[in-house]
Amino acid sequence: MNGAVRLSILQVISAYLFIIILLLIVRKRGLNREKEIIISTTRMTLQLILTGYILTYIFKTPNPIITVLVISIMEVFAIQNIIKRSKNRLSKELKKVVIFSMLTGTLFTLIYFIFIVINIKPWYNPQYFIPLAGMVIGNSMTGISLGINKLVEGFKNQVDMIECSLMLGASPKDASKSILDNAFDSAILPTINSMVGMGIVFLPGMMTGQILSGSSPLVAIEYQIAIMLGILGSVSISVIIFLLLGYKTFFNNRMQIKREEL
Amino acid sequence: MFEIKNLKFKDILDIEHLIINKNSVTSIVGESGSGKTTLLKMLNNIISPDEGEIYYEGIEINNYNPIDLRRKVVMLPQTPVIYKGSILDNILIGKRFAKSFNYNLEEIKTLLEKFNVNKNLSESAENLSGGEKQRICLIRVLIMNPEVILLDEPTSALDENTEDIVINYIVEYTKKNNKTLVMVTHAKDIAKKYSDFIIEINKRR
Repeated sequence: MNGAVRLSILQVISAYLFIIILLLIVRKRGLNREKEIIISTTRMTLQLILTGYILTYIFKTPNPIITVLVISIMEVFAIQNIIKRSKNRLSKELKKVVIFSMLTGTLFTLIYFIFIVINIKPWYNPQYFIPLAGMVIGNSMTGISLGINKLVEGFKNQVDMIECSLMLGASPKDASKSILDNAFDSAILPTINSMVGMGIVFLPGMMTGQILSGSSPLVAIEYQIAIMLGILGSVSISVIIFLLLGYKTFFNNRMQIKREEL
Repeated sequence: MFEIKNLKFKDILDIEHLIINKNSVTSIVGESGSGKTTLLKMLNNIISPDEGEIYYEGIEINNYNPIDLRRKVVMLPQTPVIYKGSILDNILIGKRFAKSFNYNLEEIKTLLEKFNVNKNLSESAENLSGGEKQRICLIRVLIMNPEVILLDEPTSALDENTEDIVINYIVEYTKKNNKTLVMVTHAKDIAKKYSDFIIEINKRR
């Protein structure tokens, strides 16, 4: 296959011109989001340039320690992001559950895909490992973020119903069942929706990138299919572990609901 | 049946010694904010006291598995809680929590009739009136066949006539089946008319 058409500096600058036009429109319409657009565009540019150089270096000198280090940084960033972005105050125990479920869900999926599905040799080959990890970790992060909000809000809004169930002799798990089902649905729905529209409504980012950089669409879809299955698995495993352990943090050892923490 | 010793909870309850007798009807009365509901919740172990002990059948409540205890000592909260589903689903939910799936349809129909709920069991329970919801919740507790029934203002949404019918039936049921009934009420006349014992809680000052 041919390599991608390289963009010249001028071409890249013309892409920024596009954003300047957008800014003018935003200002004229009084939408008050100029600052956010400028900051996000600048951040994205700097982060990607930096990543580009770092990845070039890492790809040239594959090293298991560096691969593991990169994954660790991704995990830490994703976990922090979940906790920081939660609309609700999270208990210490629930934060621990976030960490545990993120790590187990994503690492299990990554190991399965690296060793069995794609069978990369050596396993730490950063050219495969890092993009795969990024997609798996990023999607699990979004899933748990959505799940956490539904879980905490569910407990807040339905505390009387849960308590009524407990009074009737329900186990904490049965008492929280409707909240858990609802949280799982909303966590996994974006992944399901994107799978349904994939290839028809839009071309996924990874596939677009591969095609633009010269891969055959057939190779691109092979990877895309594998990745989507991995993402679905990773999101589901992380969210299921998160919910199965998470609901317990709302009850004490006498199976009473901790009202003071809601 | 219940014995309470030196119980303290926040600045709401301070009970030195209290016995609630088996096979009897006991009412808890007192002004609002005096801790009537809190006491009831403690008997169901949905709240624990800060200090003191509660014994059920001679065994300290914390030695029971809370789920097993709550299936014997069932509590009905003041605001009726209705779950998604039909009236029948709502009536059976207590039994379902206990993984008990047999029920006597005739018994349920009789109870509905006795309590003046003229609805079809397959109807959605969410559209019922407040009073109907309250009666559905009462039936839910009765068919669980518990040893002790704890009711928190069980008739707050009912008119006087229905209130009398419902309480009368529950008291009769309690006596006939050797159950124990403990109910919180603000209506002193109801308490006097139906109870064997009345516990009066005064607000702490």
